[in-house]
Amino acid sequence: MSIVETPASGVPAGTPPEFPQDLRDKIADMVAHEHHARGAAIEAMRLTQKRFGWLCDAHMREIAKLCSMSMADLDGIATFFNLLFRKPVGENVVMLCDSVSCWLMGEEKVRARFCEKLGIKRGQTTPDGKVTFLPIVCLGHCDHAPAMLVNEELYGNVDTETVDRVIDQMKNGSVRGES
Amino acid sequence: MATIHIDGEPHETRDGENLLQAVLEAGVDLPYFCWHPELGSVGACRQCAVKQFNGPDDKRGRIVMACMTPATEGAIISVSDPEAKEFRGEVVEWLMTNHPHDCPVCEEGGECHLQDMTVMTGHRARRYRFEKRTHRNQDLGPFVKHEMNRCISCYRCVRFYRDYAGGQDLAAFASHNNMYFGRAESGTLESPFAGNLIEVCPTGVFTDKQFSKTYSRKWDMRGAPSVCAHCSVGCNTIVNERAGTVRRTINRYNDEVNRYFLCDRGRYGHGYANADTRIRVVGQLIDGVHHQVPSQAAISHFATFAEDGPVIGIGSARASLETNYALRSLVGAAQFSTGLAEPAHGLTLLAADILRTTPAHTPSLHDVEQCDAVFMLGEDALSTAPRLGLSMRQATRHASFLNADRNRIPRWMDASVRMMGQDFISPLMIATPAATGLDDCAVLTQHAAPDDLARLGFAVAHLIDEAAPAVPGLTEAESTVAGRIAEALLAADKPLVVSGTQLGSAALMQAAASIAAALMVRGKPAALSLVLPDANSMGVALMGGLSLDAVCDMARDGKVGTLIVAEADLTRQLAPERVEALLGQVRHFVLIDHSESPLIERAELVLPAAPITHSGGTMVNMEGRAQRFLPVAFPEGPVEVSWRWLRDFAESIGQDDRMAWQTLDDVVAAIARELTVFARIGEAAPSEQYMLESGHIRSQTARVSGRTAIRSHISVRDQPVPPMPDSPLSPTMEGTYSTSMPGALVPYYHAPGWNSEQSLNRFQQEIGGPMRGGYPGVRLVDAAEAVWSSAHYSTDLPETFAPRDGSILLLPESRIFGSEELSALAPAIAERAEPAVVRMAGDGPSEVTLTLDGIRHRLPVLRDDSLPPGLAFYPAHMTLRAFAAPVWVSLETAEALA
Repeated sequence: MSIVETPASGVPAGTPPEFPQDLRDKIADMVAHEHHARGAAIEAMRLTQKRFGWLCDAHMREIAKLCSMSMADLDGIATFFNLLFRKPVGENVVMLCDSVSCWLMGEEKVRARFCEKLGIKRGQTTPDGKVTFLPIVCLGHCDHAPAMLVNEELYGNVDTETVDRVIDQMKNGSVRGES
Repeated sequence: MATIHIDGEPHETRDGENLLQAVLEAGVDLPYFCWHPELGSVGACRQCAVKQFNGPDDKRGRIVMACMTPATEGAIISVSDPEAKEFRGEVVEWLMTNHPHDCPVCEEGGECHLQDMTVMTGHRARRYRFEKRTHRNQDLGPFVKHEMNRCISCYRCVRFYRDYAGGQDLAAFASHNNMYFGRAESGTLESPFAGNLIEVCPTGVFTDKQFSKTYSRKWDMRGAPSVCAHCSVGCNTIVNERAGTVRRTINRYNDEVNRYFLCDRGRYGHGYANADTRIRVVGQLIDGVHHQVPSQAAISHFATFAEDGPVIGIGSARASLETNYALRSLVGAAQFSTGLAEPAHGLTLLAADILRTTPAHTPSLHDVEQCDAVFMLGEDALSTAPRLGLSMRQATRHASFLNADRNRIPRWMDASVRMMGQDFISPLMIATPAATGLDDCAVLTQHAAPDDLARLGFAVAHLIDEAAPAVPGLTEAESTVAGRIAEALLAADKPLVVSGTQLGSAALMQAAASIAAALMVRGKPAALSLVLPDANSMGVALMGGLSLDAVCDMARDGKVGTLIVAEADLTRQLAPERVEALLGQVRHFVLIDHSESPLIERAELVLPAAPITHSGGTMVNMEGRAQRFLPVAFPEGPVEVSWRWLRDFAESIGQDDRMAWQTLDDVVAAIARELTVFARIGEAAPSEQYMLESGHIRSQTARVSGRTAIRSHISVRDQPVPPMPDSPLSPTMEGTYSTSMPGALVPYYHAPGWNSEQSLNRFQQEIGGPMRGGYPGVRLVDAAEAVWSSAHYSTDLPETFAPRDGSILLLPESRIFGSEELSALAPAIAERAEPAVVRMAGDGPSEVTLTLDGIRHRLPVLRDDSLPPGLAFYPAHMTLRAFAAPVWVSLETAEALA
């Protein structure tokens, strides 16, 4: 896949902001506390994403340097994790589980509803930049399948009504979990 | 030894093996992907599943992964068990769901491990009917082509590239079906061993980009065993040819030398053999212009030249032993030159001298891998002898293996051994002028001028054995470093010292020899490895001869009638005005070479020589191992192997009684008779008469195509295949083939059911062991000739390096791509080579002008703060052709000029 090789879609990336000094210091400190510098890589990426919403190439290069890793090495880790974004995402990220239990319990119907109401396909962001809709692997919530993650909130027993409600909430700017 | 039962048959296995190795060694076919004989097991692909039973009464058994299960005494397994077979069938079907099945357009087709394994499991009809995932491919540079859709996610590529070769820019991305093996972004693979991905990848994800341009199926090419001509390591290769052109070079296994891997210089260097720079006609200089003349006319001309005064012969460290010997025979030992100018001449002879006298062991590459402490002194071996550098990297793993042993983890359990061994690193200590590509696995790096490095080396020797001379005036920091190095070497069971000729310093090589000797005095079985500049440097050194400087002197004194230069480019050895002077002072100049050099314009006679891909011969590598290469292509037109030209010269002047050689074997025998040091070179490979029981070994596969059709646009008449001179191999598909043929004669690897290079398992006595048919080359100097005593310690200690105002000591930087003579003529290597720059420390100017041999050169500068002040690196031979030894140059910056 190599994110860098795929054409950009959704939110325009724009010029990345400077990597802030406080974040650099924080990561350097984490690196200093690790037995091997690369041990800090995941947390460094998480912190950076928390600040900027996603991980751009310029920031990845900074982190790689701080963790004494090659860009390829770091990007290999970043692309492994579903919750680290290597492309810009919308204000809200909806991740709908497409593993077996959820699929059995009606994931396709839920997915169709999302796509229809948001006017986008899986993997895309709405033109207003409000919502990115992604698939995700098992969330460990199979007893309440279908399950989904909206930002950091877990939803179970998702049906088309949940979809409508969540979309309304996202439009109004507030999303709360209910599992 | 343990006995295991495979499908009811008892088989002896070696201790500490896994079941997959045991099964393969027993000659049983068991498919696998992620296991590699040199990379070990990780259990990633699940393809080598077998049924294991707890005892004779266990009828149910359980599925185990053969590569992850130790072969223990009395183990009972079944490969043919229906459940195991079904399991393997499902695994391969699963791995293949996204595979594009594009074998007809895939370069791997016909020698594809995935094809072989798929057939082996019996998976022949696909059921998957959904969309396949596709990937974007990357441009990975001039060597390796990328086609990710074919990937089966075995992880071999990253395990080789990162774990084994220390590369950083290739990684595994994403997960599940989206696994992607590539770089963070398109670009040339940085590792000089990237070409091995072509052989390591079990399918067609990584293929040979150069070969792809003039592609031919494996079965359609002629193959012949060869020896790499591009450094002094002497890696064994197989060269492939079709329709008169050399197509590619692949690895040929030699358990003592290169084993499974080559460097990219060796893999892509053969391009010179097809290049436009090849000399293909006989030329005679008439009125300042070269005219094509018949071979016989040229030989007669030589005869008239020879009446015009003494004939002097200049040999070459890149030419075979046979060519050098033929020249030496023609002109006489006292008129024969090594083709090397000082200091290279003296250093090369010194290396041979040390090889003969050192009490230390001269290691093969495989020995290097077993060493547990390495001190690299004044030689960037990764650049001058890349494959040696790769072996030194493996030596740093020794401690992690001991750690695995302590924890009872088998050494082949690769992921566990590496994970547990992260903090167990055997010491590699590097003392060089600047950073090297091995620094990432070194515990100590010291950067200093050559003289200071030599002093450090002598100090280490003195710390190990007090009888070695002490070094006065060391700084405290130097003493500390010397102490650390001595301590680490003494703590090791098998310490190794590596040095060489790169920095043009005899003191450095003497210091390395002193350390190795001192370790021997202290009862350590030390090894000493000295890197030389060229493929046959050691052969020339053992033969001996005059330096080029001596030849220049003779010419100046008017003692040279005719100068014959055999496969040497003097402009790489002598500064331009010295070449001018030399050629101006000889009456006749005859050049025999296969590739053009600036000398060609001055030569009265130019005779086209066969490069090693078109001829047979012997070369001696840095460890003193004589190895034979055989022709893969027929020399075209008047092209002849150099020693035949020289033989004809001898005949033309009535010297044919001593040089009446018909074949390579005759020359080999003559060398062995006359020069004691080469007495055993006949053992390097079987003679031309060699046959298997049923005939000569064929150099083409049994299914080679187009034998008559390939010329049908010219003529439809059957053409007799010309004989292949100097080779025991049959030039065609007629002949025979066996997996127990001598290792020195393997033209291609193939075993029933095994079309890829993985069939090698069938040619080895044991996995990773010697070839069944033997012949790993012959070591000419194996034990010290004289008893060593402390009187042999060199006392020639250099003074501390003193920087000079306004001048800088320019050191020759060896480049993996670009500074070696023949490979630099290969288009792929030229494309990979980076522009020549002066490397200097500090925030200096972006350009400097320096004066060398009276010529001013304006050169770009690259900042390299690893260099000490007063020193600079510039690539040897690249733009300053003769520059290959340290020299003081006056420095002007661009600003000063303006």
